[in-house]
Amino acid sequence: METILSVNNLNVSFDTDAGEVQAVRGVEFDLRRGEILAVVGESGSGKSVMSKSLAGLVPKPAGRVKAGSIIYKGEDITKFSKKRMRSLRGAEISIIFQDPMTSLNPTMPVKKQIMEGILTHQKVSRKEAEAKMLELMELVGIPDAHERAGLYPHQFSGGMQQRVVIAMALACNPEIVIADEPTTALDVSVQAQILDLIKDLRDRTGTSFLFITHDLGVVAEVADRVAVMYAGKIVEIGKTDEVFYNPQHPYTKGLLEAMPDLKLGSDELKTIPGSPPNLLYPPKGDAFAERNEHALKIDFEQAPPMFKVSDTHFAATWLLHDKAKKVALRIEQMKIKEELHASAEEVPALDRTEKLLEIRDLKQHFQINKKHTVKAVDGISLDVFKGETFGLVGESGCGKSTTGRTIIGLNPRYGGEVRYMGEDVRSMKQSELKKKIQMVFQDPYSSLNPRWTVADIIAEGMDIHRLYTDRRKRMEKVHQLLETVGLAKEHANRYPHEFSGGQRQRIGIARALAVEPDLIIADEPISALDVSIQAQVVNLLKKLQKEKGLTYIFIAHDLSMVRYISDRVGVMYKGRLVEVADSDELYENPLHPYTRSLLSAIPVADPHATRSRERMEKAEFVHSEEDRFREVTPGHWLLCSEEEASRHAAGNLAGDRVLTEGELV
Amino acid sequence: MRMDEAELHDGLFELSGEEGRKKQVRASVPTTSYWKDSWGRLRKNKGAFAGLIMIGLILFLAVAGPYMNSHGFDDQNLEHANLPPKVPGLEKISWLGMSGADIRGVDQYEAKGVEGYYWFGTDSLGRDIWTRIWEGTRISLYIAFLAAALDLVIGVAYGSISAYYGGRVDNVMQRIIEVLIGIPSLIIVILLILVLQPGIVSITLAMVITGWVNMARIVRGQVLKLKNQEFVLASRTLGAGDGRLMGGHLIPNTLGPIIITTMFTIPSAIFTEAFLSFIGLGLQPPIASLGTLVNDGFKMMKIYPHLLMFSSIIISLIMVSFNLLGDGLRDSLDPKMRK
Amino acid sequence: MKKYIFSRFGYMLFTFLLIATFTFFLMHTLPGSPFNDERLSAAQKAMMAKRYGLDEPLAVQYFKYLGNLLAGDLGVSFQFDGRSVTSIIGERIGVSAVLGAQSLIAGTVLGLLLGIVAALKHNTFLDYGSMIIAVLGLSIPNFVFAGLLQYWVGVRLQWLPVAFWEGFEYSILPTIALAAFVVATIARFMRNEMLDVLGHDYIVTARAKGIRESLLIIRHALRNAMIPIVTILGPLAVSLMTGTLVVEQIFSIPGLGEQFVKSILTNDYPVIMGVTLFYSFFFILIVFVVDILYVLIDPRIRLTGGGSRANG
Repeated sequence: METILSVNNLNVSFDTDAGEVQAVRGVEFDLRRGEILAVVGESGSGKSVMSKSLAGLVPKPAGRVKAGSIIYKGEDITKFSKKRMRSLRGAEISIIFQDPMTSLNPTMPVKKQIMEGILTHQKVSRKEAEAKMLELMELVGIPDAHERAGLYPHQFSGGMQQRVVIAMALACNPEIVIADEPTTALDVSVQAQILDLIKDLRDRTGTSFLFITHDLGVVAEVADRVAVMYAGKIVEIGKTDEVFYNPQHPYTKGLLEAMPDLKLGSDELKTIPGSPPNLLYPPKGDAFAERNEHALKIDFEQAPPMFKVSDTHFAATWLLHDKAKKVALRIEQMKIKEELHASAEEVPALDRTEKLLEIRDLKQHFQINKKHTVKAVDGISLDVFKGETFGLVGESGCGKSTTGRTIIGLNPRYGGEVRYMGEDVRSMKQSELKKKIQMVFQDPYSSLNPRWTVADIIAEGMDIHRLYTDRRKRMEKVHQLLETVGLAKEHANRYPHEFSGGQRQRIGIARALAVEPDLIIADEPISALDVSIQAQVVNLLKKLQKEKGLTYIFIAHDLSMVRYISDRVGVMYKGRLVEVADSDELYENPLHPYTRSLLSAIPVADPHATRSRERMEKAEFVHSEEDRFREVTPGHWLLCSEEEASRHAAGNLAGDRVLTEGELV
Repeated sequence: MRMDEAELHDGLFELSGEEGRKKQVRASVPTTSYWKDSWGRLRKNKGAFAGLIMIGLILFLAVAGPYMNSHGFDDQNLEHANLPPKVPGLEKISWLGMSGADIRGVDQYEAKGVEGYYWFGTDSLGRDIWTRIWEGTRISLYIAFLAAALDLVIGVAYGSISAYYGGRVDNVMQRIIEVLIGIPSLIIVILLILVLQPGIVSITLAMVITGWVNMARIVRGQVLKLKNQEFVLASRTLGAGDGRLMGGHLIPNTLGPIIITTMFTIPSAIFTEAFLSFIGLGLQPPIASLGTLVNDGFKMMKIYPHLLMFSSIIISLIMVSFNLLGDGLRDSLDPKMRK
Repeated sequence: MKKYIFSRFGYMLFTFLLIATFTFFLMHTLPGSPFNDERLSAAQKAMMAKRYGLDEPLAVQYFKYLGNLLAGDLGVSFQFDGRSVTSIIGERIGVSAVLGAQSLIAGTVLGLLLGIVAALKHNTFLDYGSMIIAVLGLSIPNFVFAGLLQYWVGVRLQWLPVAFWEGFEYSILPTIALAAFVVATIARFMRNEMLDVLGHDYIVTARAKGIRESLLIIRHALRNAMIPIVTILGPLAVSLMTGTLVVEQIFSIPGLGEQFVKSILTNDYPVIMGVTLFYSFFFILIVFVVDILYVLIDPRIRLTGGGSRANG
């Protein structure tokens, strides 16, 4: 295939108060005509800066291209004048950004925003531009383009906004579209649609896409080739299958292993210890060496060059050097041994007799104004057994977080009943209850008071309940908790902003543990973290469960992680629980059509599986009055009519509920 | 990447174990609290720092200034009336206007046979302007600080209660604010002074009656935002009571905006007081404030510009300093700048 | 939308009623009013009371007063015997309005320019210069600035007339004195808004389309930055209003502000109250208009407008 863009030894730096941050350090790759090349990396890996520099959009004066070249059609665009670059931008190289809400001008109708690019680069009349604009809106799948073109961005849903952004990017039939995390801000089912759209557009227009993402599942879904970035460098690049099934760089391997596998049951997740380096002080050798258990001596001395694995597959690791053959073999053997050792541990079967929490017909309605009520939670019943992990999944707005918050008493006025160990929580002593049930929050940045030291944050619960009046004992307990969650004593006197996201999440867990609760409600505890850090936190939660006999309610939208950690899973849809089952049962034998469409939309980090999978259209469901939550097979509950229940009980899927007409999201 | 193959001896291709990791020392950032951080940023802001020093100096002079010479605040000496400024040492630099010469260049001290020095000159009753200005500054600052403190107490209480309890309480309290915000405050101040008669307390109270609304709105906005932050929710799930939530989480995280707002209340109070003097509703003699001094100065502006000059300079300096400091604080306390 | 306007209108009426009531009761408690003058005999007092309707019950007086207000009758001046306050305001308001409008327009134009330049040339000499002007404009009291102008430009340099109102050149110095605050406020606000808008993602998106930088600034940045300017019109109106009190006084301009100050000095209460009510009404009206305007200008908060949300 023809190479359309060639990046050579690209270096981009930012000047900050603290010094020079080397965000991109010698990146090299080719982009070919009509391909989708995914660049995957964690936050701070430089992938976003790199992509911006391809369109000449590195924010100046703080950022600058320090060295290297970007060859497009035989010319180095880093040397282009501002004017020349402008004529290229939008016309031949376009960009799609992450959040469609903020990347559209809120005070300009979408029609104008789409036409703007056309009128800038092409000598066409307004009328022609308008025709082209409507054509584009149809191309990206916006129904009723005629009527909707004059609307403002906020009058569209998130998925539709992203379609508008894509239409803008495609306005002048560009050669290259750079998509910078274009689906990260969207729900899974919307994400699936946008990914399909991008693949479809590539097929129809022959445009090349550079697809930036942190999500390996998305990569497997869309990419022809993958480049893995770490600490400002590409550490591995190759065809998608090559990288997924024959990874060479220890970092790529670590990333792939840290992903829970939808197919397999729950072994312990492999983790990558530590966190990415600060590019103010880029490490000397292989940037990943520090987090690599099996690092070589040379990894700390010299940066590895790109080694060729196949004609299309390259990786920058010393393990591919001729002299490393022996040691590479030894590392493989060590790993296999570790795995055997790990899986030797038998997990005792869960004894599901003692009900810790019983929820009956829980309702949480919020009155917005006199006419309008939001039924965030609309009649949920479920039991949580002692010692289990109950996963609660659903898309944003389905009421899963509200459920968690209502259980813990953050929304004091609710309908229905919550019983803890058989006792109605309303009649329990609040101070007692608050020691029994604790919560871990989603956002590692806002969940810790920025004015407090870590010690005070962790000790807050102990202070409230006056558990330790002696200052020294209180501090001892704080130190002990810090160690439990994998932090050091020295961290006690620091402030939250000095920690990374994963570390903050550990602090949040320590705070919850301080009052020694029985039940922890974890509200999307890992969704704000990078893949390699997610596994660390999940493993920590598992370890604590084992040690302390904790019960979890694990709320998340990441279905693969939920399956991995949960014993049972409940699926929520529009304020109601539509299906509950053991996690393996739910994933292998989903009954509710919503569950099935949701499962079919999750990107899986397995290109083969992705290709063979059929995707279901996302659809709206209406439940009728007679629909009840019924146990169709032992332990498998479903929101359905009696007739459906008996059919499912007989194992008959035919004559499944007919979906109301599929509506695009 | 080019490198010498020969340099890559076999020994390098061995597992490194812990040893390599130890060599890689991560640069650690020294621990800093929010306030230390902010102070560091404020110090770097030249304007704000200059403002801070200027405020310190003016505060010092407002306290100590009147005692720095032997002239009393209300000592009248008609023989010494309308003397231009004369400062020992500076009197020899003619263009500075500190030589005791009036606008026609006649040395009034010689003409009237006055011995000694009036640093800022004297007024029509022969009172020492230096002493009067610092006394006046003291009164002006006193009014401003008092008004700002009352605004702060009422505003913080009102705003935080309104936001914290929310619902119907907030609804009613907000309606009241909406009405008050629609009232032009200076008009109310003028009307009140007409009734209450000008005085330190009445002027302060008149300003506070409408002044606290601004603080209340800012605090309410902040608390509303913070209330749903996860660290506050976390504290609630741990069983924290109202007092702890307010005092431990909500108010401390609102302190930045509170301080900033206060920094802007002070100059506006000083201005309002001076403005009242100017339209004839200022403090009555013998009490003098910067405002009344400026007002008095205006009457003789063309003949004795020194009467107006010093009081105007001081009041402008105070205003500029507080505004600079307020701006600097806004930048340094602004949480948006924190990573 | 209609509901919003109605509720705002309700607030406006209520606020005005509140001020009117407040003013009415103040009138009755004021010390030193002619009715409390000790030199008057009981008979004279009774006569005056009858003339001004003070012998009637308070409630009756109050509603009469409100009725008069609605009819635009603000009472009769003590100072200028027999002249109605309304006619005094009518005679004086023209000059103040011209002065205020000149300052507002000149100040806004200059302020916008300074603010935009400062934002576009962020952290350069131009930025610092503009912001120094802004801080000075906000900080230096208008009476000091007016005095300074009068003394240097008028008395010392004799370039422009120092007082009275007899032609355009007479209005220059007072306009400058009044506009300083407007320039400073708008420049600062505009700069901050511009910097904020320029940091938004949609600016980068627009840039990614390859449109010219000048178009980008005008179409995307300026428009969005200028929308919130509407919100500071209220405070600006107040500052201009109070500014005229001082500036008209200093430059001896026969406007409403000068009359107001004169009336305070002579205890002419009906005029004081009348002008106060007039000012309040003016201010409340501006707040109302601003609220409505803001909703109309900004499509994000346009409450109903062009049809329902097109989601699905």
